[in-house]
Amino acid sequence: MTEQPTALEKPPRKPVPLKAWLMQAALLLALLALLAWLAHNAQINLRERNMAAGFDFLFEDSAGFAIGEGWVPFGEDDTYFRAMLAGAANTLRVAVPALVFATLLGLGLGIAALAQNPLIRTLSRGVVDLVRNIPLLVQVLLIYIMMTEWLPDVEQALHIGGFYLSKGGLILPWGEVEETPFGVIGTHVLSTEWLSLVTSLTLYAGAFCAEIVRAGIQSVSRGQSEASHALSLTRWQTLRLVLIPQGLRVAIPPYTSLMLSTIKNSSLGVAIGYPDIVSVANTSMNQTGRAIECIAVIASVYLIINLVTAFIMARVNRRVAIKDR
Amino acid sequence: MKLAQTLLSGSLAAVALAASAPAMAGKVLDGVKQRDQLVCGVHTGRAGFAQADGSGNWSGLDVDFCRAVAAAVLGDANKVKFVPTSGQTRITALQSGEIDLLARNTTFNFTRDTSLGLMWAGVNFYDGQAFIVKKRPNLTSAKQLDKATICIDAGTSTERNLQDFARNNGLTFKTVVFDNAEGSKQAFTSGRCHAYTGDYTALAILRATDLPNPDDYELLPEIISKEPVGPAVRRGDEEWFTIVRWVLQAMQGAEEMGLTKANIDEKAAQSDDVAIKRFTGNGDDIGKSLGLDKQWAYRIVKQVGNYGESFARNLGDESPLKLDRGMNRLYTEGGLVYPLPLQ
Repeated sequence: MTEQPTALEKPPRKPVPLKAWLMQAALLLALLALLAWLAHNAQINLRERNMAAGFDFLFEDSAGFAIGEGWVPFGEDDTYFRAMLAGAANTLRVAVPALVFATLLGLGLGIAALAQNPLIRTLSRGVVDLVRNIPLLVQVLLIYIMMTEWLPDVEQALHIGGFYLSKGGLILPWGEVEETPFGVIGTHVLSTEWLSLVTSLTLYAGAFCAEIVRAGIQSVSRGQSEASHALSLTRWQTLRLVLIPQGLRVAIPPYTSLMLSTIKNSSLGVAIGYPDIVSVANTSMNQTGRAIECIAVIASVYLIINLVTAFIMARVNRRVAIKDR
Repeated sequence: MKLAQTLLSGSLAAVALAASAPAMAGKVLDGVKQRDQLVCGVHTGRAGFAQADGSGNWSGLDVDFCRAVAAAVLGDANKVKFVPTSGQTRITALQSGEIDLLARNTTFNFTRDTSLGLMWAGVNFYDGQAFIVKKRPNLTSAKQLDKATICIDAGTSTERNLQDFARNNGLTFKTVVFDNAEGSKQAFTSGRCHAYTGDYTALAILRATDLPNPDDYELLPEIISKEPVGPAVRRGDEEWFTIVRWVLQAMQGAEEMGLTKANIDEKAAQSDDVAIKRFTGNGDDIGKSLGLDKQWAYRIVKQVGNYGESFARNLGDESPLKLDRGMNRLYTEGGLVYPLPLQ
């Protein structure tokens, strides 16, 4: 560091002059005033046009629509708040499995990209390049259309060892199964929408994860693998005991960003009819006309999920980061 | 410092932008006249109501209504900018002042009229919610759809209607809600959904023009809701609201009086009927109280045609859709269209 000439010329840290403080304070005040003025304006405009405003509808009005699937039981008598809750749960229901699978896929693809076997290496690169360079929305739609066009009709579902697979999705063997004129329905179903959204998010995030893993491993200096070789560790042992533990430290910050963007990308589910928070809030917005409020709910849900994720990952990062010794 | 300056100039620009916005909440008519163009929110593409052809020419019942307003207010039916809006963006587009008028199959109901800050100028089409299914033996009623999967478009009143229908009849449905009609259509035709619910007319048009084998599909007889759709405007400008309301009445009234695009000049010159004289601008002044000239109604019929002509051209006999006028006939012919007296 001391080689850089700028480091020598750098003056000692001086207290911030009063003028700069005043400028900052004035700017902050101006911004706050602007916000207050906009909020005030919105309020007047809403009142002028006799538009209802406020978040009271969340707790007072019953939503009256249905949500196709999810963890949170939801009936049409339940409030909008519960609908939003069910929507938020559905967002997690897609994001969490997608992240888990994407991480596993990314580890596999990332390690494969460094394999000695040229076939495996090229395959891994090919998959990563293909998936990474097609817009996610296109992939979501493509996988969904393939599933709904190619799988058998619900009435002719494939029945394999308790599982039923059809255009309606995958019925899991635990839980009850009922025959209806419209095919078999079960208590535990992974819908086609869920399956295609999780698949496409897994592929997409997995491809980016692979690059993060590869870069992390390659960032470990050559001397480390040469030293392990000298200690007669096998390639696999070198990877597992030397390269991955050190490489992952570098990989965690970009991996965190990937997690956050994957959570946000799950909102593309609206295009294929998956009832996540965006879909539910959109319906609520249309029924109540409270656009600002519903958008605020969507934003807060993503903000909360992502802040929690970022907080956890920051702690993880602090634990594994290279310590000065 | 540099950052502070950038931020400051940025926020000043934002203030300037924000300050210019409320000006649009003023008199809509003045705004329309000033820009010499009507900005009309329509469907992104629904045959018969609003559809743009390959060269960008719009046609449809709602499009004709926009043109009629432009003919009345600006004197030229072509001075319209059509803004395609989705089921979700339409309300916001009108509330925010992005469009002057919304003519996009929008259902006129209590909640919307009382809490969205909009006013409906009337009803230009009477519709109802129905179901379309792939034909299957023994399926003759929507009440047999218990436990079926049903596709719906987001942002419509249909979601709630469906739930009410399910509850009243003790049925359970699994719903898949798409944010665009293309998505619902694909899911329905691929077999992901057993039924697709929406406005009867929209489904009939879908069946006639968009489905690969129309004979494989049928509409079930139940109409589960009332969907009176019509043009809406923002609250807070009664003058504009009144103009839009009377444009619709004039279009429908012209049909009742037998005034058509082809015969209006002749009738204007020859007829002694007081009502026709007034309508064509040769009698009492019907424009002054609206802030328009005497001939606004005449221009609507001359340039766009009456309601019946517009219906026939876009949805009825002269169109590929060949829809029956049903409830949308004049009251004199057993329908619900009852034009208010233009006196």
